[in-house]
Amino acid sequence: MQIDYNYAFFDEGSKREIRRATLKAIAIPGYQVPFASREMPIGRGWGTGGLQLTLSLVGKDDVVKVIDQGSDESVNAVNIKKLIEKTTGISTTDETSEATIIQSRHRIPEVPLKDGQIMVLQVPLPEPLRFYEPSEFETKKLHAEKEYSGAWLMLFEQIMKYGNLATDADHPVMVDDRYVMAPSPIPRFDNSKMNYSEALILLGAGREKKIYAVPPYTKVVSLAFDDYPFEVESFEDNHCKQCGAAGVFMDEIYDDETETTYFQCNDTSYCVARLNHQTV
Amino acid sequence: MSDYETPIMSVKNLSKHFGEGCSNCRDVNENHLIRNFCPDCGTVYACRNVSFDLYPGEVLGIVGESGSGKSTLMRSLYFDQDVTSGEAYLRSYEMGSKNVFEESSQKKRYIRNHLMGKVYQNPMLGLRMGFSSIGNIAEKLIAAGIRHVGEMESKGRELLEYVNIPVYRMKEAPRNFSGGMQQRVQIAKALSNNPPILLLDEVTTGLDLSVQASVLDLIKELQRELNVSIVIVSHDLAVIRMMADRTMVMLDGKVVEHGLTDQVLEDPQDRYTQQLVHSLL
Repeated sequence: MQIDYNYAFFDEGSKREIRRATLKAIAIPGYQVPFASREMPIGRGWGTGGLQLTLSLVGKDDVVKVIDQGSDESVNAVNIKKLIEKTTGISTTDETSEATIIQSRHRIPEVPLKDGQIMVLQVPLPEPLRFYEPSEFETKKLHAEKEYSGAWLMLFEQIMKYGNLATDADHPVMVDDRYVMAPSPIPRFDNSKMNYSEALILLGAGREKKIYAVPPYTKVVSLAFDDYPFEVESFEDNHCKQCGAAGVFMDEIYDDETETTYFQCNDTSYCVARLNHQTV
Repeated sequence: MSDYETPIMSVKNLSKHFGEGCSNCRDVNENHLIRNFCPDCGTVYACRNVSFDLYPGEVLGIVGESGSGKSTLMRSLYFDQDVTSGEAYLRSYEMGSKNVFEESSQKKRYIRNHLMGKVYQNPMLGLRMGFSSIGNIAEKLIAAGIRHVGEMESKGRELLEYVNIPVYRMKEAPRNFSGGMQQRVQIAKALSNNPPILLLDEVTTGLDLSVQASVLDLIKELQRELNVSIVIVSHDLAVIRMMADRTMVMLDGKVVEHGLTDQVLEDPQDRYTQQLVHSLL
């Protein structure tokens, strides 16, 4: 059976509604704008928020890159790319610098983003105060009054429990000195890439029906204490086993034949590009 | 005037109604109400024109039966709910020039976080049961603007030791504590930012007698040492007799009698107060 979908899957009205929410989100950096999350051919929680943003924005001249945990080739990334390709006919890429829209789950690419690019992040839990205050009614009031003791309290509890700031991902950030925002589960390593980013960063939560944004050149500060400053993950002196890179976000991989561990770039396209440029 | 003669908090004509009111009850037709309830529109007049002054270092007791408006008064003073009408002035806020009930919610939050502490009857309301005890104290300090972990930890430790929570249980959640311990954590939390005013709402109700005594002892000690002003609500006259310098008696949302505690308890003037004092077992 052949079904003719509208360009970019959604009907025009739906896309316009999502874009309106997006514009509002850009106008109020870090503020969570509610939107009518559409039904998708993939399940909620599998990147529908990000995908809806991408589909509402994609035009005939766009080039899309999709990554999942740093990988261009994971099942989720490939399927999202296929859906975009089939319903729009535009091309996709693995090269970060070639893409105009980059949809990502849990990473911001290693190659610095440029002016004009749009970074779309998939968000499972958009509310940074959720574990402190379960009620949405209450957290809305807390945001309105800029009452963020709860965000700091959660970090304080980590220090009491583990002795340091132990958020592995989704470390809360203060956007434009106003709203505390969940940066989606990117590692702390990527938090600093949001600060005065040249590219527009959009965050979409499909299940929670929220869109929020960090406009280009906006101040983004990771929350921390005076005596416990914010620190990114350290990989010490380890280099990527494949391309030899250092100072990037790496995965620690266990080799069960030699029973040793080694490190490898988490951003696969970055690693492959480096390998391709190396002389053999 | 000396420092002790100017009130630290003065409340004027505080009223709180639950319901819209109707033409039969709105024009303060007292006789129309059944106690504090309008039979026509169902409006409850929880607090009616309550006025009082609180002086520095003083303990003001409020007694009255259930439903007399004691807790509503306390909730209004801590901005847990809005008042219907009335004014309150705090000497430590804008030199007492502004009616705090008319301030914005951010300002109210500031007053709560910096100038007041409250201990609820039910520790569930005053504490975050899932967070550690020391985290609970830190919450109040963070709200007051402190962003230094070492400082908050030592302050929390000091306070918890002060209220006799053993050091090795500081990082435990209040959920795992007994009622008396939870109440003591709550007191430590309320005291963490050295508030000039402490509101205590039935703090010892539901605790067994020995724990009651130790909690009251602690409050008395704190009050003497830190010289905080306390408003203490209780329906237990023994607690009021032990703690309060002055006492207000409330009935159906109104203050029916007030004066020095000894005076009120030894020589009650109002019919209700006489009944209350004589029903003491």
